[in-house]
Amino acid sequence: MSSIAEKLAKNQKEISVSEFFEKNRQILGFDSMSKSLIMGVKEAVDNSLDACEEASIPPEIFVQIDKVDNNEYTVIVEDNGPGIVKRQIPNVFGRLLYGSRFHSLRQSRGQQGIGISATVMYGQITTGKPSHVQSKVDKEETAWGMDIIVDTKKNRPETKREEPFIWEGKEHGTRIEFTIKGRYITGRQSIFEYLKNTAIVNPHARIAFIDPDGRRVVFDRATEALPPVPREIKPHPQGIELGTLMNMAKSTGEKKLSNFLKNDFNRISDRVAKEIIDKASERLGKDLSSNKNPANLDITETKALHEAIDKVKIMAPPTDCLSPIGEELIKKGLKHVLDEARPEYYAPPVTRSPSVAQGNPFIAECGIVYGGELPKDSQVTILRFANRVPLLYQQGACVVTKAIENIDWRRYGLEQRGGKGIPYGPAIILVHVASTKVPFTSEAKEAIANLEEIQGEIDLALRACARKLKGHLNKAEKRKKTRAKFEIVQDIIPQIAAKSAAIVGKDVPNLSRTITKIMNVVWIDSKVENGGKAKRVSINIYNYTGKQQSFKVHTLIPRAAMNDSIISEHLVEAEEGKVTWEFRKVPSTGTMTVDFDLVGEMADVFDPEDLYISGINPTIVMGADPLPGDWNIKGIKVIEDEEPEEQDEDEDDEPDYDEEGEVLEDDE
Amino acid sequence: MTNERHQETIERLHGVAEDIYDQLDKGQIPKMSIPLRTKTNIEFDPKKSVWKYGKNVGARSAKKIKGAKMLLRTLFMVEFIQEMISSERSSTLREMYYISEGWGDGKFNSQDESNLLAEDLEIVSKCMREDFKLRPEEDGARVIGDMTLIETDRKGKRKRINCRDDVGDSGYGIPYNVEGEKIELLESNAKFVIAIETGGMFDRLVENGFDESNDALLVHLKGQPARSTRRFIKRLNNELGLPVVVFTDGDPWSFRIFASVAYGAIKTAHISEYLATPTAEFVGITATDILNYDLPTDKLTDMDVRALQSELNDPRFKDHFWRSEIEAMLKMNKKAEQQALAKYGLDFVTDKYLPEKLTEMGLL
Repeated sequence: MSSIAEKLAKNQKEISVSEFFEKNRQILGFDSMSKSLIMGVKEAVDNSLDACEEASIPPEIFVQIDKVDNNEYTVIVEDNGPGIVKRQIPNVFGRLLYGSRFHSLRQSRGQQGIGISATVMYGQITTGKPSHVQSKVDKEETAWGMDIIVDTKKNRPETKREEPFIWEGKEHGTRIEFTIKGRYITGRQSIFEYLKNTAIVNPHARIAFIDPDGRRVVFDRATEALPPVPREIKPHPQGIELGTLMNMAKSTGEKKLSNFLKNDFNRISDRVAKEIIDKASERLGKDLSSNKNPANLDITETKALHEAIDKVKIMAPPTDCLSPIGEELIKKGLKHVLDEARPEYYAPPVTRSPSVAQGNPFIAECGIVYGGELPKDSQVTILRFANRVPLLYQQGACVVTKAIENIDWRRYGLEQRGGKGIPYGPAIILVHVASTKVPFTSEAKEAIANLEEIQGEIDLALRACARKLKGHLNKAEKRKKTRAKFEIVQDIIPQIAAKSAAIVGKDVPNLSRTITKIMNVVWIDSKVENGGKAKRVSINIYNYTGKQQSFKVHTLIPRAAMNDSIISEHLVEAEEGKVTWEFRKVPSTGTMTVDFDLVGEMADVFDPEDLYISGINPTIVMGADPLPGDWNIKGIKVIEDEEPEEQDEDEDDEPDYDEEGEVLEDDE
Repeated sequence: MTNERHQETIERLHGVAEDIYDQLDKGQIPKMSIPLRTKTNIEFDPKKSVWKYGKNVGARSAKKIKGAKMLLRTLFMVEFIQEMISSERSSTLREMYYISEGWGDGKFNSQDESNLLAEDLEIVSKCMREDFKLRPEEDGARVIGDMTLIETDRKGKRKRINCRDDVGDSGYGIPYNVEGEKIELLESNAKFVIAIETGGMFDRLVENGFDESNDALLVHLKGQPARSTRRFIKRLNNELGLPVVVFTDGDPWSFRIFASVAYGAIKTAHISEYLATPTAEFVGITATDILNYDLPTDKLTDMDVRALQSELNDPRFKDHFWRSEIEAMLKMNKKAEQQALAKYGLDFVTDKYLPEKLTEMGLL
């Protein structure tokens, strides 16, 4: 027996991480030919974006894919990041689990330092070719080029060739070229889709792409503003796992329990630390000293601390460690990339306040795009993002999908069988989860794990956004009805008048009384037209009531887009993006118009439906809502109790002849 | 048509346009009141013995987009008809539908819409479609039997036609206009008129020589009879004093065919006194026939059942005979075609069924 054990012992040895991943490549997402190619591009692009942002450089990413032969492709990804110093190049690209971000709690795309070196490894395994890396650091004379492979036995890089060179026209940046086995496909899970979605959530990046057929696509930058660099933070105590707490206690440099709590965690003050220790003592039934060395805590004590943390009120984690995309930029990113589908509505995106899951702060945000040329009869498109990285696979396993499926979308104007599951309709739902550590279901980072806190926040964000969608749909329905009336008075009544006058041989009568009787509203209509660099906005007022009317119109305009063209005789004030016009004594059947231009990149954030009125009974106004109470505009008195307009004197009880829809089938 | 009648029509149409003009001139929302053309709004007129529209009136108002467009179409149609009358032209309803392509917002969405509007215009102007120079695409049906008439043909020639001797096997074709200036009914040796729903049964009676053996005038209804067919039957009844019987399938739709011949159709209740023959009688197939003659049947479809139930609420079917027939049919849940009589041979209908039924009715 012992000889067998001896024999086995000879084969029992440590296997290196690289070897482990080589044998289990599906864990990293390299599990099919088409997916492998996407993974390779994704890892390189994620790294490039992270590097640029850390160095506060507006990213310019270039991606090219060339076909070598049937199942072999060469991928080139080049950025304008800060570059990598020569001695670190091999480690970054040729060693797994080597990275700058693994030990920090900060929002970034890459986390473990596996991705790009795994790609290098996958390339060398499947094609036998090393990856070629070029990098140049700013102010250095020369750039360095290297051929790199991973020594999988040792998990160490092996540099096959290195040489300095002059990189013409490049101040700084990195370029990687690797050849891997894969398949290039188009469609929903394609490199194009991945880059497009990346462009949506990274509106500050410019991404150029050349596909294997030589077609070139550029996703241009939608904004010059870089997202703030996320701050590194310590773990937030709430939701931390017991095991993690134990490990931290064992390895801390602090010698006193109170200091350990205060200094190794986020948002714990002296007072809170004391409170936690007191609560833990209560649970233990004995005093836990705040001077105790945390390394000496036993399991029951740690457990008591862990439970105590849950009972104590702790401030939410700080927001500056996270970089949500933000409501304006989500809208902008979506508009920038999706406008060719001419969606009829971009629901104002919702960014929730930060929350905590498993000790890591996170933010959920979402946006909904509706209508236009989006397909009506299929399931809605779900765009999932984690730390600004598109998630293309494992949709069914993701908390985002779960949250969407659990909402009854029928209440918000989408179709859904039985009020559960993925809804149907012409819509795109975008959800972004930003966190210092996104809890993925696997190393391949394809789906976000189903944590209750995260699902709850996504749910709240989605519902807030969906309510706006519903509001829009209601408004659109109302507008449609009013537009029909508009058509009556603008087109049909004048034709009826002209035709009847021609038949009886008299002059065309004055129609204003008839028209005001049919409409009996003040109609406010706003249009946005693209004219060169600026967007031309016109707001038209039609007084289709029988009386002269005076009132104010308010709207929200992105401050950066506003300029002097806003000035007109009607303008009352334009402060902090809130603009007010006054229209005085608009005669019955009279119209008034204000025109202005919006310029700059924030111009397309303006929503022409965001119109409010004051100083008039809102029930006789179409196309604008009563001014909400929180506008705080001086001198506004919202009149709610005005006498209702007089009814038509010829209002009749006769049924509508054309609506009596009985089938008259008893005749020829 | 006489000039006087032309003038009358033009003036009445003028009145329709003037009414709309005056409403606009007074600052009102233009509308047109029209009797509701529904089965809940037909009443029996005891003087004329036919069913006419009641007092319920609907408004076609420019307040709504559909109403506004219909008013605009009405004006285009008025203008179009006035032009046709003054230039002595005529058009089919279908041609008018296509002509409306040039009417901008007044363009019709479907031909049903233009047909219905033509009838609306008859109602409000108290004219007839024939006065408007509008005709349906299809002519009326066929007639065979010993009856003589004079038709003024398209060249203005008066032709004397005997509907048994001067016609081929398909009989005399009823034109769309059967008014006096077009057709003069002279004389008939027939004792009664039998109006038949299906072409198959009409041909059977012709082949079996039923017209001669029983002194009958055969009229093919061709399903729901066209206005000209009903008007023609009415004139045969009025002017030549011929009793009328109606012979149809035994199903809910055939009951309605009889009702439109005898009582007046809902859709044309404004001119029931021109079109309906109140003394017309129903031969069959009745629900009772299906039982008595043990006829081959089909099950009622859902649509059939709904149609029968709707007939129970139709004032025209409110007498004892129809109530019991409709209820019996609903109860047995079966219907039968008139040609089902062929179960007993090709001659059964002419040798046995019709003689029995007509004797019962006192016609033979």
